[in-house]
Amino acid sequence: MIERTATIASSVGLHARPASIFAEAAGELGVEVTIARATDPLDEAVDADSMLALMSLGVEHGELVVLRTEDDTAAEALETLARILETDHDA
Amino acid sequence: MQNFVGVGVFRGRVIGPVRHMPAALAEPPAGEKLASSTAPETAAAALKEAAAAVKAQLLARAGRVEGTGREVLEATALMATDSMLIKAAVKLINTGTSAERAIWEAGESVAAMLQGLGGYMAERAHDVQDVKSRIVAQLRGVPAPEIPDADAPFILVAEDLAPADTATLDPSKVVALVTAGGGPQSHTAIIARALGLPAVVAAAGVGVLADDALVFVDGAAGVISTEPGDAERAAVAAWQEQASLLSVFDGEGRLADGTLVPLLANVGGAADARAAAAANAQGVGLLRTEFCFLGNDTEPSHADQVAAYKGVFDAFPGQKVVVRTLDAGADKPLPFLTDTSEANPALGVRGYRTDTSTPGVLARQLAAIADAAAQSDAAVWVMAPMISTAAEAADFAALCAEAGLRIPGVMVEVPSAALTARHLFDHVEFASLGTNDLTQYAMAADRQLGALAALNDPWQPAVLALIQATVTGAASQARHSAAQALEDTAPKPVGVCGESAADPVLAVVLAGLGVTSLSMTPRALPAVSAVLRTVTLPQARALALRAVDAPSAAEARELVRAGLPALAELGL
Repeated sequence: MIERTATIASSVGLHARPASIFAEAAGELGVEVTIARATDPLDEAVDADSMLALMSLGVEHGELVVLRTEDDTAAEALETLARILETDHDA
Repeated sequence: MQNFVGVGVFRGRVIGPVRHMPAALAEPPAGEKLASSTAPETAAAALKEAAAAVKAQLLARAGRVEGTGREVLEATALMATDSMLIKAAVKLINTGTSAERAIWEAGESVAAMLQGLGGYMAERAHDVQDVKSRIVAQLRGVPAPEIPDADAPFILVAEDLAPADTATLDPSKVVALVTAGGGPQSHTAIIARALGLPAVVAAAGVGVLADDALVFVDGAAGVISTEPGDAERAAVAAWQEQASLLSVFDGEGRLADGTLVPLLANVGGAADARAAAAANAQGVGLLRTEFCFLGNDTEPSHADQVAAYKGVFDAFPGQKVVVRTLDAGADKPLPFLTDTSEANPALGVRGYRTDTSTPGVLARQLAAIADAAAQSDAAVWVMAPMISTAAEAADFAALCAEAGLRIPGVMVEVPSAALTARHLFDHVEFASLGTNDLTQYAMAADRQLGALAALNDPWQPAVLALIQATVTGAASQARHSAAQALEDTAPKPVGVCGESAADPVLAVVLAGLGVTSLSMTPRALPAVSAVLRTVTLPQARALALRAVDAPSAAEARELVRAGLPALAELGL
């Protein structure tokens, strides 16, 4: 399993438009990725490609999250997704 | 040619093709299983295909819309194929549940989860419910449960329309509203008046009209006709000419002899208020404060309330703004204030009564109103809804005084308030008749039932008598007060802010009964003003007395219409 930590940059947090951009990208990458708060246990991670799951997570601006995947060859995918999180989509 | 007759609730004549509002979707039966011939993999594949189709439809719709509407549709589209939702449904399919039932249950549990998170999430719960219904409709091969989307303008025909349906109604697409059910004070009627759409309700039998059939609708006469011919086309043309005469109000409500009858607007927020000011309303006769806060699950903060009220006050500097304190309950539930498990919400803890069950909310609202009033130039009056007794009026007046609000009033919508108005006026400075609910309570007829449309008619002589009683109560209190003070006292003002004020013919009766101001949806201002200017006060009084004395609503309406020859010229 590989991981990548990222800080949420969008001022509205991981909601609405930023969440849908992230979820769509996660869906298109064809790799199964999970996302969780850095402080949460592993079993509370949710599917990164589910906007509904992201909404229920309710991550806010400035929070630290962890992206994980079992596919050890998918480091670049995680990188792409992390960059999306670290872009302020409200700017 | 077939004719259908109902109750005309907003004037206008149009010809257009029929589009039916799809019937509400029936829930797939609980415990519905996969057909024995269907493998789970097949059902799961069908589900994913249906979800993808719904997503495509919603994205197509989003592409035709601008602004926040587009963003909402796009977000809802993504929900259709959301992996959490689909995975949950497929899991159920794999245990033997039918595809329809699986997506239904998965949707319900996701919605419940979001509801539990409150705030913005809880609002998205409604979108998940919508998406789940759309996927079920797609699986069944029936139209999605929404206002049809069409390229050309059409006439919407439905059993009845809910507030949620009318929120998405686009007046450039829908040119008239026709419902088989509903009544003159139903939501269909209210939205028709607000948007200026010709509308007919309680038109039994219109369900048989074929989709795409051309029909003629006359919203004043309450008639729908199939196969329109030359006569109907001429009527539409005549209407279009007359409509231009009724497009503008000049800002002075008065009778033919100069008697002033100010015409104000009913509004639900700052945007409404600005539109009302642009339409030359002489003030706000009803600021519905709960419309500012629908969608919240906790009490709004002082700062938020002050900003919301100030936005309205600032649209009417130097003019009157009458604020109605939170009127929650019955058809307007607010989660932090009302109990939705009541058996009879219309007769329950609603309006002013919520102050007893949830004290403090009203006092805080009054403080915010006072703060906003201090920061603006409007003349702010405040009234409480659902006042039933003089004691309640006195208590409300005391709360207003504590907040520094000097002009307290009451809504008269409970019949007891009309009948004991003389005593209520000892404690408050004005009253405003809420004729929608007054009619409902006086006639013991649920506003939302089409079957009772005839009873829920503000022309009912019993209702006119209650309006008369309120005015008489004000006069009586003034005489009593004058006798005590040894000087003349003018009766306190009695306005009307219910839908009846928007009826140009009934407005004459109200003026004749001694109602001092009328407040309505801004769209109604020009027609009401035009008709009031064709009668003098003595003429209005004579017509009003005959209307109160009539044996039925129909006769009351007929005799007043007969006494107003100008109506024909104005196309009303």
